[in-house]
Amino acid sequence: MKAPVYFDYAATTPVDPRVAQKMSECLMTEGNFGNPASRSHKFGWDAEEAVELARTQVADLLNCDPREVVWTSGATESDNLAIKGIALFYKGKGKHIVTSKIEHKAVLDTCRHLEREGFEVTYLEPGSDGLIRPEAVKAALREDTTLVSIMHVNNEIGVVNDIAAIGEVCRAAKVFYHVDAAQSAGKIPIDLAELKVDLMSLSGHKMYGPKGVGVLYVRRKPRVRLEAQMHGGGHERGMRSGTLATHQLVGMGEACRIAQEEMASEGSRTLALRERLWHGLNDMEEVYVNGDLNAHVPGIINISFNYVEGESLIMSLPEIAVSSGSACTSASLEPSYVLRALGMNDELAHSSLRFSVGRFTTEEDVDAAIAQVRTAVEKLRELSPLWDMYKDGIDLDSIEWAAH
Amino acid sequence: MAYSDQVMDHYQNPRNVGKFDDNDDQIGTGMVGAPACGDVMRLQIKVNDDGIIEDAKFKTYGCGSAIASSSLLTEWVKGRSIDDAAQIKNTEIAEELALPPVKIHCSVLAEDAIKAAVEDYRKKLNDVD
Repeated sequence: MKAPVYFDYAATTPVDPRVAQKMSECLMTEGNFGNPASRSHKFGWDAEEAVELARTQVADLLNCDPREVVWTSGATESDNLAIKGIALFYKGKGKHIVTSKIEHKAVLDTCRHLEREGFEVTYLEPGSDGLIRPEAVKAALREDTTLVSIMHVNNEIGVVNDIAAIGEVCRAAKVFYHVDAAQSAGKIPIDLAELKVDLMSLSGHKMYGPKGVGVLYVRRKPRVRLEAQMHGGGHERGMRSGTLATHQLVGMGEACRIAQEEMASEGSRTLALRERLWHGLNDMEEVYVNGDLNAHVPGIINISFNYVEGESLIMSLPEIAVSSGSACTSASLEPSYVLRALGMNDELAHSSLRFSVGRFTTEEDVDAAIAQVRTAVEKLRELSPLWDMYKDGIDLDSIEWAAH
Repeated sequence: MAYSDQVMDHYQNPRNVGKFDDNDDQIGTGMVGAPACGDVMRLQIKVNDDGIIEDAKFKTYGCGSAIASSSLLTEWVKGRSIDDAAQIKNTEIAEELALPPVKIHCSVLAEDAIKAAVEDYRKKLNDVD
């Protein structure tokens, strides 16, 4: 079977060959395999140098100080460290956290854990456009709020929150602001010298780096302190112990370098691909895009095909790899919690697909996807009693369905 | 998740897709499920004067397993008496299609659909008498 065409760059990206090359140079006897923490010989010094170069490459992408870059195993760990780290360190000051209903599970589940530990969490609702308003954040702040965690780009629908404005609200109230930037870093500009963001989570494998590596940005001025979640040799200034995985960090550093260098050209290219995809589908009846397209990351688009169920649609598209909801939630039969939070009815939420394009997507790929999706949707609508009813002018909301 | 060959067969070549006239006294219609749950099945049976199902049609909004369950059901009910058809158990459908545990509800829905269609036909019959 021919491999399907990949339209799931928001789930993960392949490693860029340039990144793989750099990583492979840090593995074997003749390579840079030393422990970066070894102070007594050249193997250690060389590894440390490679790790520090990578740290600088990350810092350059974000316009921050390399000393503000803490290596982790991925964005999930970064989210955990940021949220638990702040909540626990500052618990004497307050035990209230503000986040949103459409965060990644790594944020939501961490907050749920803290609720069980006696913290209080406010989950903000997005507008129907998928955006969290700075005013809503402001209104949710309390005397005992220590942390706000609102993502930059939502992984399911691709909308971009105004983290600059949310940062201003938080700084004015002297509340720490954490941003999950797994979907935005390397895709759209981030300037931490300007942004009032105190902590930011990044993932290597969403930007053509390897899986198993991530970064937590921790601001130095004003200083942010964390309670470590991983104890050991005191690596990463005590915030995250564990031997640094040279090849992984070098890979992420190189991925950041490439992303920065190619951001402008890749951004416009992927945007053109996304627009080509949407223009190829939006003349169909009862097809909707989810989230405000005016505040959007270039590579992601989430589309609802009304009266067609998402899982069967994916089954009809064996030649393209797409996802319904995020890969972390699509094992369950529940419709996406993100789409539900937008106020969308469950049937439309059940009928949505996320397409995400990236560095290796071509116009031909997009055109092939358009043709296949159109055929599949038409076939499934022929099979759909709901489509019949829609065509007969029956309002589906007027029917009393027996929920099961 | 991998689908069984039986599910793929019915999904790719669904049998008896279509719609009969609801108002025809020979027709029994069962519509079960809910859009909000991600499955809606509409099963229709055409019953002759001897109480035998002559023909059946379906349309289903739902996952591949739901479509396959209803497609299979239309094949099974044809030629059976309505009493006999109403005895079809979801476990038989699940077994035939080799449904995994998370998809058993699709076969349950199919069982509900044939029961509802038979009931609808009987109701029509009583109204006529």
